[in-house]
Amino acid sequence: MMPPPFEYYAPTGVDEVIDLLEKYGDDAKILAGGQSLIPLLKSRVTTIPYLISLSGIRELSYINEGTSVTRIGAMTVDSDLEYSDTIRKRYPILMDALGKLADPLVRNMGTVGGNISHGDPSNDLPAVMLALKATFVARGRGGNRNIKARDFYIDTFTTALEHDEVLTEISIPVWKDNSGGSYVKFEKGTWNFSVAGSAVQLRLEKGSVVEAGIAITSMGPKALYIPDAEDYLLGKKYDKSVISKAADIVVENSQPSPDSYGSVEYKKNILRRITIEAMENAFRRSGSVR
Amino acid sequence: MEERKVSITVNGEIQTAEVEPRMLLVHFIREIVGLTGTHVGCDTTNCGACTVIMDGRAVKSCTILAVQADGKKITTIEGLSKTPGKLHPVQKAFVDKHGLQCGYCTSGMVLTSFWLLNRKKKVTEDEIREAISGNLCRCTGYESIVDSIEEAQKNLEIEGERTEEEIPVRRGR
Repeated sequence: MMPPPFEYYAPTGVDEVIDLLEKYGDDAKILAGGQSLIPLLKSRVTTIPYLISLSGIRELSYINEGTSVTRIGAMTVDSDLEYSDTIRKRYPILMDALGKLADPLVRNMGTVGGNISHGDPSNDLPAVMLALKATFVARGRGGNRNIKARDFYIDTFTTALEHDEVLTEISIPVWKDNSGGSYVKFEKGTWNFSVAGSAVQLRLEKGSVVEAGIAITSMGPKALYIPDAEDYLLGKKYDKSVISKAADIVVENSQPSPDSYGSVEYKKNILRRITIEAMENAFRRSGSVR
Repeated sequence: MEERKVSITVNGEIQTAEVEPRMLLVHFIREIVGLTGTHVGCDTTNCGACTVIMDGRAVKSCTILAVQADGKKITTIEGLSKTPGKLHPVQKAFVDKHGLQCGYCTSGMVLTSFWLLNRKKKVTEDEIREAISGNLCRCTGYESIVDSIEEAQKNLEIEGERTEEEIPVRRGR
């Protein structure tokens, strides 16, 4: 299948990308790894007259292990993160997600920035970034703008990025000792979209939750974070009934639609089950349960 | 729509052509270079019949534009063995362990296996199954493919030639 015709640009600097975005406005779109966008073009779900590839901008590919934050260049390939010792050490929740993101060949081409800024509610990394309370850096004509992951997702395929801004960096805080997280996803084969995904990140002090991040995939028009469940967990210690109640709150705040993957009731059942699993993992990885 | 000049190194030879930006890498390989061992299967990023090695990584060439591969190095199934008439150890293992029936998925399966065994010296059965989760086979039921990859691992250990040509693999920094 051939995509519809388009003009292609592969600038070597971000400023040039911004020039092109300003020139072509809504007729232009950024191409990262293309693992979501090229299938959409090939199936002609969408038409884009001007495609601006970031693949020539080498400076956007890096993993920088800072003391308080980990900075990841937007064009870092998913598998670079998957095989990174820094990420394995610091973010088990991200390792969970990367290991289940599409398939290994797609992860060899797809980028972190692409997964995050595509705005598809079934992408895995948005929920993880919401749970980890990451910040995204967008570069525009006026310079850099920091956007919290929690302010980034507006609607399906719609983010807080302006049409002339480029996502350049993902900045994830380092979660201190006694913290841990987990991402559990339920899918019917690697080639299908997920039925549901659940991301849970916790930090404990003396066994009690002092910070929580909870977000879900494929459960509404966009990746959703669940402040009610986060607040509920604060001050609580590990307990099956606490986890059960928190999972109920997550399910109450989900917005699944019925489709070929299942009914609303089915999806909520799945979500409840995987959220409990993610919370169990997160408590265990935070060191509270053996 | 303006054509773009691209130069892609395929199996060690630089291939230069003017192409439409919308041309897919798999079509560049099959139609411009004329190597038809790389297959188009599902054409929707699922089946992996179009798998090639690009700059050391196994990727799906039906979901990459030829212009995106400009300046990159590609290895296709035709370029895996450097000796005419001789099979690469991974190919030999697929023959010996009946890792194929109709053969449609085979070039992709072999290249994904080659990439996996390059990246990791010792792989478990679980890691093999995970590595080929993006390559579909509708004949074998996968058992003989997993056997083939385990056999390939042994072949590579014995022959001591993990790769006939050093392929750079970028690891996590």
